[in-house]
Amino acid sequence: MNAPIVLDRRRVLAGSGALIVSFSLSRGFAQERAASPAPTLPPSLKIAPYLDSWIRIDTNGAITAFTGKAELGQGFKTAFQQIAAEQLDVPFESLKVITADTALTANEGYTSGSHSMQDSGTAILHAAAQVRALLLGEAAKRLELPIETLRTDDGAVIAPDGRRLGYGELVASDFLHIQAQPDSPLKDPASFKVMGQSIPRVDIPAKVTGGAAYVQDIRLPGMAHARLVRPPSYGAQLIECDAAVVEKMPGVVRVVRDGNFLAVVAKQEFQAIKAMYALADVAKWREDAKLPKHDELPSMLMAMLSRDSTILQRSDPKVVGQKTIEATYTRPYQSHGSVGPSCAVAQFADGKMTVWSHTQGVYPDRQAISEMLRMPQQDVRVIHVEGSGCYGHNGADDAAADAALIARAVPDMPVRVQWMREQEHGWEPFGPAMVTRLKASLDANGKIADWHFEVWSNTHSMRPGGAGCLLAAQHMAQAIPVPPAKPIPLPEGGGDRNAIPIYTFPNARVVHHFIPDMPIRISAMRALGAYHNVFSIESFMDELAALAGSDPVEFRLKHLDDARGRDVIGKAAEGFGWLKGQTAPQDHGFGFAFARYKNLAAYCAVATEVEVNRETGRARLVRAVAAVDSGQVVNPDGLINQIEGAIVQSTSWTLYESVSFDDRHITSIDWQTYPILRFDAVPDRIDAHIINRPGLPFLGSGETAQGPAAASIANAIASATGKRLRDLPLSRKRIKDAIDA
Amino acid sequence: MTTTLKVNGQDHRIEADADTPLLYVLRDELQLNAAKFGCGLGQCGACTVIVDGKAVLSCVTPLLLVEGGQVTTLEGLGTVAAPAPIQRAFMDEQAAQCGYCIAGMMMRAQALLQRNSKPTDAEIRAELAIHLCRCGTHMRILRAVRRAAHLMDTAELSPANQESVR
Amino acid sequence: MARFRIVGGVVAALVIVGAAIGGALVWRPAIAAIDPPAPQSFDPALVRHGRELAALGNCSDCHTVRGGKNFAGGRPVPTPFGTIFSTNITPDPETGIGRWPEQAFRRAMRSGVDREGRHLYPTFPYDHFTHVTDEDDRALYAYLMTREPVVAAARPNQLRFPFNQRIVIAGWKLLFLRRETYHPDPAKGSEWNRGAYLVEGLAHCGSCHTPRNALGAERAQAAFSGGEADDWSAYAINAKSPAPVPWNADALDFYLRNGWHPDHGTARGPMAEVVSNLAAVPSSDVNAIAVYMADIFGAARTGRSREAVVAQGKSNQEKAADPQGAAIYAATCAGCHESGRPPPYGGINLALSSALSATDPRNLVNIVLTGVRPVAGERSPIMPGFGATMNDQQIAVLVNYLRSRFSGQPAWSGLESVVQDARRTQTAYLSTSAGPTSAPADATQRDKP
Repeated sequence: MNAPIVLDRRRVLAGSGALIVSFSLSRGFAQERAASPAPTLPPSLKIAPYLDSWIRIDTNGAITAFTGKAELGQGFKTAFQQIAAEQLDVPFESLKVITADTALTANEGYTSGSHSMQDSGTAILHAAAQVRALLLGEAAKRLELPIETLRTDDGAVIAPDGRRLGYGELVASDFLHIQAQPDSPLKDPASFKVMGQSIPRVDIPAKVTGGAAYVQDIRLPGMAHARLVRPPSYGAQLIECDAAVVEKMPGVVRVVRDGNFLAVVAKQEFQAIKAMYALADVAKWREDAKLPKHDELPSMLMAMLSRDSTILQRSDPKVVGQKTIEATYTRPYQSHGSVGPSCAVAQFADGKMTVWSHTQGVYPDRQAISEMLRMPQQDVRVIHVEGSGCYGHNGADDAAADAALIARAVPDMPVRVQWMREQEHGWEPFGPAMVTRLKASLDANGKIADWHFEVWSNTHSMRPGGAGCLLAAQHMAQAIPVPPAKPIPLPEGGGDRNAIPIYTFPNARVVHHFIPDMPIRISAMRALGAYHNVFSIESFMDELAALAGSDPVEFRLKHLDDARGRDVIGKAAEGFGWLKGQTAPQDHGFGFAFARYKNLAAYCAVATEVEVNRETGRARLVRAVAAVDSGQVVNPDGLINQIEGAIVQSTSWTLYESVSFDDRHITSIDWQTYPILRFDAVPDRIDAHIINRPGLPFLGSGETAQGPAAASIANAIASATGKRLRDLPLSRKRIKDAIDA
Repeated sequence: MTTTLKVNGQDHRIEADADTPLLYVLRDELQLNAAKFGCGLGQCGACTVIVDGKAVLSCVTPLLLVEGGQVTTLEGLGTVAAPAPIQRAFMDEQAAQCGYCIAGMMMRAQALLQRNSKPTDAEIRAELAIHLCRCGTHMRILRAVRRAAHLMDTAELSPANQESVR
Repeated sequence: MARFRIVGGVVAALVIVGAAIGGALVWRPAIAAIDPPAPQSFDPALVRHGRELAALGNCSDCHTVRGGKNFAGGRPVPTPFGTIFSTNITPDPETGIGRWPEQAFRRAMRSGVDREGRHLYPTFPYDHFTHVTDEDDRALYAYLMTREPVVAAARPNQLRFPFNQRIVIAGWKLLFLRRETYHPDPAKGSEWNRGAYLVEGLAHCGSCHTPRNALGAERAQAAFSGGEADDWSAYAINAKSPAPVPWNADALDFYLRNGWHPDHGTARGPMAEVVSNLAAVPSSDVNAIAVYMADIFGAARTGRSREAVVAQGKSNQEKAADPQGAAIYAATCAGCHESGRPPPYGGINLALSSALSATDPRNLVNIVLTGVRPVAGERSPIMPGFGATMNDQQIAVLVNYLRSRFSGQPAWSGLESVVQDARRTQTAYLSTSAGPTSAPADATQRDKP
């Protein structure tokens, strides 16, 4: 990486051989077949190897970086701008970033799984570096100087005698339409001016001054407002709907009915809302949904039909366990709970559908929408515009489909669909309920001799592609059935994400019971199965540490070979002031937990102090100290923001949250019935320490703290009360019952 | 029905039904972005604006209750070029992740600081009790409010800003 | 109120003189301090029983202040004579009751005298606790002495002369305290008697729900005819009940156990903490209370059903006069209160509201001003407050409209000054009351994770 790499455009073109599929902006990105795919290209470059998929330089010098990922509020737009600016050697403010748009950017699938930095960030990193190299090469040619004598600065190539060639002067029209090479002349991290700095986020100024920043802020000329009338329960059939009175209401443009899909369009927003209530009144449904019993979820899950696979098997008969314990941990359905209910704008004009959506995957959503509408994909364009935080697959994709279906009914008129709060809570696909069963033995030295781990779970992704994943497609007259659930393969995993422990155990067996049937609508929620699996593993590690009479931190280090993991554990413990044999103040407890997200993304350890009110059972997070290793850090403050946020969110999940339902309906449909953390429960302090690894690959960090925070809190509660709770959420009543028992 | 409403120092004649929630008047009639739809039920605070000096939930405030009143939204406090102390503070602390809840938080904090320039941490938390942040930005939000209090204490408000926040 | 104070002042002065004459009746001996008993010395079963009794007695409500530790006192309780601050009843040796032997605790409960022999203000309702049996006092003592000791010195009371002289209390007791354990009524069943024992004793319902005389004592002839607490009105819970749908034993049982009822609404204000504590009490005891209180309400009262009451409220729409009030209601309240979503998460149909039918407008005004706040981490009702959205005139207009449309009762007067007062008292109440721990919840959701 440090040896000079020269990229000569002619050489590259000459060497690339066979067919080059040229790319036309007006056609949008078709599925490009890379001419001679270089097998050593990192992930997103692999799917879009042409440099101009990532970097565009106009002849006037304007620079644009492209990413197929979406800004979800994690600060990626800013981070990518930093990466591109650094590697191109241009001022940060001088370039802009365009995010996911099926007409403009590469198909990077979903912004999920903490892949954005690893995949898109890496692609931009390398592409920008290679573009800079090409510019140097071109300048060398024109100036007739050796390339080593030239340097770049401030958007220009500069010769020793001071001659400058601005980047804009160096490019011709398809200058960058050239495939990426396996090696890039990356800048030495020691010389970074912008990467590694806490550059203020580019999107925050608009958000704190009322600038247009969200899909909710889109206002197009002639735009109408739509509201949905969703069925009252899964599978309900609309048997009668005399909408005559609604059609006559002020401002109403259309009532859209397509099978069980029902919506109303009006000129003004409040008119649409009133019409929605009136329409709901005249809609008659036949319901036959049968939901499981909330209390029986764990036993139900374990009894359901499953496809079982052993994902880890290790055996060393020499090592024998002497003391054995086992435990079962459970997690209910939990909700994304986005503060802004889902929203989308769509317009159908000249046979083309344009959708503005906060979906995490513009390409898969486009495929699903085009399939739903029975339209060619290239006639559908999906543009990502920020929504409120989604934390996974929430209602965004569905709202996009709703808007498209409605827009088709009112050609040329832009339509804005806004879900109501109850609709977001009631219809979003939840994080799946899970059960884990663990059993382990200690040898004579107090080390783990054998380890058994089983997890029962649905798939953790029912994202579109496939129109059947969309509510609108399921509800319309020519319904498209829900596609069969499929597990996400390892090493990523879904229900089995982080089921394989990072620790080294001589005997180990991990079994994944994949349950295809989904009685309640589920899909991906931040960290997927890792939240519960890490909660289980790290709670159980503490239970084993207690059995061994060992300090929890020391116990983990005894079983961990991974050097970076050890560093992260040490850093968190040190930052917290963790002392072997410590005692917490009265009614307080200390807890610790650690994991490497997916065993291949960022490392995170979290130490917590929790206070438990013995009279009421209420637990409160007093302080948390985290350490994270994300590889090369691009924006330290952005990373800290994510870790702090993940800890607070996980605290809410862990202490409060479960979806509630009766025999037929989801009953947690607003903030009364699905409470989340408020300011009264916010801790006194959260400190996040970064271990920066300059030059090392980026590691995805958006989800890495969810599991460790949960287990750390559970361990702290056990330390405070002497009682071990294994069923999420660790609610006040459960803690009180445990204390009283 | 036609209503007169002063919003961010400017008079507006609003043509909307008297029962229209102020939130939709602001967003749709006046094209103001800051106040957000979060729940429409008065449970989350994302719609908060200031009316006659007090923070209100605009999603459950019908137009008929604020007729003739003075409404201040986040847009009325300052701009990117000339931010108010509360906006400066939130930018300095980078107190946002998705940012959807932030405008409401800022208006509530602004109203608090206008009547109590040195709130304690407990008072700030109590004041923000109705506000939800799902991203978990709470620590930064608290720091930003404290920072804004300090800025307001030490800085002079420009005459333009003084006018619009009353 | 002012009249009461003047009259009260005069009477109190007389009482002081009388008490001074009967000095021997006034003085109480100190009971010797002990070393704080070790928590392990108490039988866990007794402690558990004491916990249930403390929940029935609602001790934590008065003896815990918002932001403070459990039972450490410091909560301001407004009375017509000034403000009393609750004491620290944790077993801290210096600032709590850690040095009290059981005998001292029993004396406090039975006679309202502290360990050192000082008379306690009857804000501590020993006029009810005097009915508690020795066995139950023992259990309560065991519970309190095993709580976490907290160092929190008592805040001095803010009482006007002569009420700040404890000797006044001696006279008060002479006049009003009947020191005795509850005697069961042989003519009634065991459940009724259990209910009576609890209601008249530990649960001290009359402390809030019975009107008081000028000296602040409950008027025995008007038992349960309505009183107040913390600037909220406590409804009449006898035949004078303002509830549009009459209460019966089943409804009472459900309400006390869950904190709400579809015919009556949600317990708010100080009652919210009462029902929150009752969630921890054996259901047989709650049922006993319901049986006894049903008798007090008056059994077999024929009244209107919920459907009839709601229909009446609907039909009144044309009759109710004020267009401004009607417009405010339709635009601001009806969205939740006529949504059809059942309580506790849907706004109650206001035709069912006791607050609207009561003689005292304070409860309705309190709720309109401050709404209903969520209980942290629990599924619980949330109603936004309208204190900032509406001015005093708008609230008065709205409340008058609601009264005329939904209650069929004569109009309330002086509403704007009630609203002004309520803004002040509710700010104080909400900042000092610790609030309920358990939320009124749908029966299928309460106590679920």
